Amino acid sequence: MSSIIVRVKQKQILDLIAKGKRLDGRGLKDYREIKVEQGLIERAEGSARVLLGKTEIMAGTKIEIGKPFSDTPNEGVLTVNAELVPLASPTFEPGPPKEDSIELARVVDRGIRESKAIDFKKLCIKPGKKVFVIFVDVYVLNHDGNLIDASALAALAALLNTKMFNYEIEEDEVKIKPGYTPLSVGKHPIAITFAKINDKLIVDPWLEEEQTMDARLTMTIDDDENVCAIQKGGSGYFTPKQVLEAAKTAIEKADEIRKKLKW
Amino acid sequence: MSQKPEKLIDKKGLRLDGRKPEELRSIKIEVGILPNADGSAYIQQGKNKILAGVYGPRELHPKHLALPDRTVLRCRYHMAPFSVQERKSPAPSRRDIELSKVIREALEPSIFLEYYPRTGIDIFVEILQADGGTRCASITAAALALADAGIPMRDLVVACAAGKADDTIVLDLMDTEDKKGGADVPVALMPNLNAITLLQMDGILTFEEFEKAVNLALKGCRKIYTMQKEALKAKYESVKEVEE
Repeated sequence: MSSIIVRVKQKQILDLIAKGKRLDGRGLKDYREIKVEQGLIERAEGSARVLLGKTEIMAGTKIEIGKPFSDTPNEGVLTVNAELVPLASPTFEPGPPKEDSIELARVVDRGIRESKAIDFKKLCIKPGKKVFVIFVDVYVLNHDGNLIDASALAALAALLNTKMFNYEIEEDEVKIKPGYTPLSVGKHPIAITFAKINDKLIVDPWLEEEQTMDARLTMTIDDDENVCAIQKGGSGYFTPKQVLEAAKTAIEKADEIRKKLKW
Repeated sequence: MSQKPEKLIDKKGLRLDGRKPEELRSIKIEVGILPNADGSAYIQQGKNKILAGVYGPRELHPKHLALPDRTVLRCRYHMAPFSVQERKSPAPSRRDIELSKVIREALEPSIFLEYYPRTGIDIFVEILQADGGTRCASITAAALALADAGIPMRDLVVACAAGKADDTIVLDLMDTEDKKGGADVPVALMPNLNAITLLQMDGILTFEEFEKAVNLALKGCRKIYTMQKEALKAKYESVKEVEE
């Protein structure tokens, strides 16, 4: 998985982290620069591009009218999908989604869903028959580590940018009316990812740190400092103490990012 | 979520199935029940009925996946179409693929992968009946199946969830609590190394609630661990009896 260059650098990364430093000069709890642009794709109902250092993600939303799930007849549907586009990394291959992209999509989905950022009841047109289906497609355009946090930001930014078409019901048919209303997004879930390297926790790992890490832990935090989604990844482990330390740090970092982005 | 949520905890502080908040469901574990597998285990936890089978270390197919310095651990979590209320298609869903990944990653730290280069170890988990907390019960059973296969391990892995039902932090959520409760925190633990190998969460918890849930889940893990050990010993005691 890791290239020879990374093998050579691994020791350096490990040694530096033991001293509380990182190869790119950041502190252990520092994020790379975050840039968010919204509304770049005119054909999409909402879109955003997020740069997290050199990691680049584009997310677009599309809205369709569909059927609700049988267990939630009066709620709209959210579908998050993630594509690891082959042009973004030599390790991405075309083909049906593999476990990494499925996990990425599901972690982003969980953050939005569990934080109750979207009021699904408002997306119901006719209970049991017709609801709005919101598709969020996350497109990884450059992979330089921490795809989860960048994708969660891009998905949220795209949702915040989403316009819903106006409609009225005429003889059981949904008729589209001119004009748009912005989709109401009530919460701003922010995903904070940690990598465990040399038994220390660092935030926002970049690619070479990810290739060195023992394990990964993502915590998604809502506007009220609640934890709303967690995902551990990688073949290492965390101590109970590290888990609680991560939760505390995640709450602080999420707050910081939300303030910076004025969300 | 559509209906008005029913009360998950009654006036006496008991749950829908009569348990106290910090009480586990009844658990039955058996080791070595599949004749063809190198290692196997069966777990019944509440209404969950789960089989885990391990094959390997064996030659890996396709061969190009083999690694020169360690074995490749693979895991397939699969639900039987009849395991849930509405028939589930036997094709793997996105949830199944994610769960297969997190279960594998929960077990991986316990195995000395470097002992068996160029080989593969396959873990197959079949959910015969699901009742909430299948990923945790799967890990508990799969770890035993690995041990039963004689694969050298640093520790067993045991898993248990805690979560929130109404406003109470509860242990070992069953299906209704999982679906209608406020949060679900599955945790897997290597008990002797005090290492958390799986941690997920959905729902909404404050930091204090999260801390309480993790600690409760860990407590549950340690209780199940004693049952796990007993189940493993039971198999070898029965073998001893036969030999005598």
